[in-house]
Amino acid sequence: MGDPIHQFEIKKFFTLGHLGPYEIAFTNSALFMLIAFAIVALLMLVPTRQRALVPGRLQSIAELSYEFIASTIRSSAGNEGMRFFPLVFSLFMFILVVNLLGLLPYAFTVTSHIIVTVALALLVFFTVVIYGFYKHGLRFLRLFVPSGIPIYILPLVTAIEVMSFLSRPISHSVRLFANMLAGHITLKVFAGFVTMLGGAGILGWFGAVLPLGLTVALTALELLVAVLQAYVFAILTCIYLNDALHPGH
Amino acid sequence: MATNAHTEAPGGAHKGPFPPFNAETFASQLVWLAIIFVALYLLAARVALPRVASILESRRDRIAGDLAEAQRLKTESDEALATYEKSLADARSRAQTLANQMREQQNAQAEAARKALEQSLNAKLAEAEKFITVTKAAAMGSVRGIAADTAGAIVARMIGSPPRAAAVEAAVDDVLKG
Repeated sequence: MGDPIHQFEIKKFFTLGHLGPYEIAFTNSALFMLIAFAIVALLMLVPTRQRALVPGRLQSIAELSYEFIASTIRSSAGNEGMRFFPLVFSLFMFILVVNLLGLLPYAFTVTSHIIVTVALALLVFFTVVIYGFYKHGLRFLRLFVPSGIPIYILPLVTAIEVMSFLSRPISHSVRLFANMLAGHITLKVFAGFVTMLGGAGILGWFGAVLPLGLTVALTALELLVAVLQAYVFAILTCIYLNDALHPGH
Repeated sequence: MATNAHTEAPGGAHKGPFPPFNAETFASQLVWLAIIFVALYLLAARVALPRVASILESRRDRIAGDLAEAQRLKTESDEALATYEKSLADARSRAQTLANQMREQQNAQAEAARKALEQSLNAKLAEAEKFITVTKAAAMGSVRGIAADTAGAIVARMIGSPPRAAAVEAAVDDVLKG
């Protein structure tokens, strides 16, 4: 049975250079990021080149993804949230394509590495903080002081609000990372059972049917998780951005 | 690799650390993520999203324009219909007026003809009456002469000699008056 951790290994193709003590290399992770970028670029640019009044299938996909993200932002962060449309759109499309690519056999899942999800979550976090202070100044801190709270429990509530705000990038990034990691490990383990039992003679073939069915079902589940986690990441981004836009509770 | 690898703690029996926590690869991943994500962001913000937005907007404009055009045409046809109905009503009332005028004119003509005929008949009647009166007077005058002649002849036959003409005439007049 194959090592379920093996699929997460970063394989170095060639070294590009060094940034201080750190080695910068072109890896399988970078390759799949590039593929994801190419897919998004092809999807968004090629079918829309005609600017057809009546869209074809691929142009419909491009338009649907546009309208889907736009309506998500409008519903959770209001019309002012549309200034972050390119950010949310890039995040959603990148995570979605990278997640789906990871489901292909032999493919590498970029989002199964915590450094990637942390970087994306911190990008959102700092966008919220910097834009919040830039737009509202110190009034942005009212975010931590909910109105209508009795004064004697206000310090406690404020402390909780600050803690929950600061822990956002952690939950934001770990949710995506852990889902992708756990899903791929589970898939690999059950698929491993199939080959292991299949190698154990005629009785094993019958025994392998159960994990095989489970692998098929899990693949469908992982497809759902891949899409859902991209959506969850995007909608959480919208909700956090909403705090930067409207800090008053 | 061992078949029980999934039961081991991450990074346990594995060569080197658990890959997602292997800090040696962080720098490369971060650099590539930054490059790709910035490129993706620029692509989305500068090219892709404005293009899709313009497509959607032009479609919305086109639909709104078509609806407005349809509305305009409908208003136009409504106006044309109203104009047509108005001219139809005008024509109908004009025809009515003409018919009325014609009928009145004919009535008046007939009336006039009738009056003229009546007048001429009345005139003829009056003339005839006058003629009758004159003729009657003339006849009456003749009656007196004849009566006087006859009375004279009768008297002459009875008494043998003609009476005096004046006396006979006076006597006839006396009778005629009575």
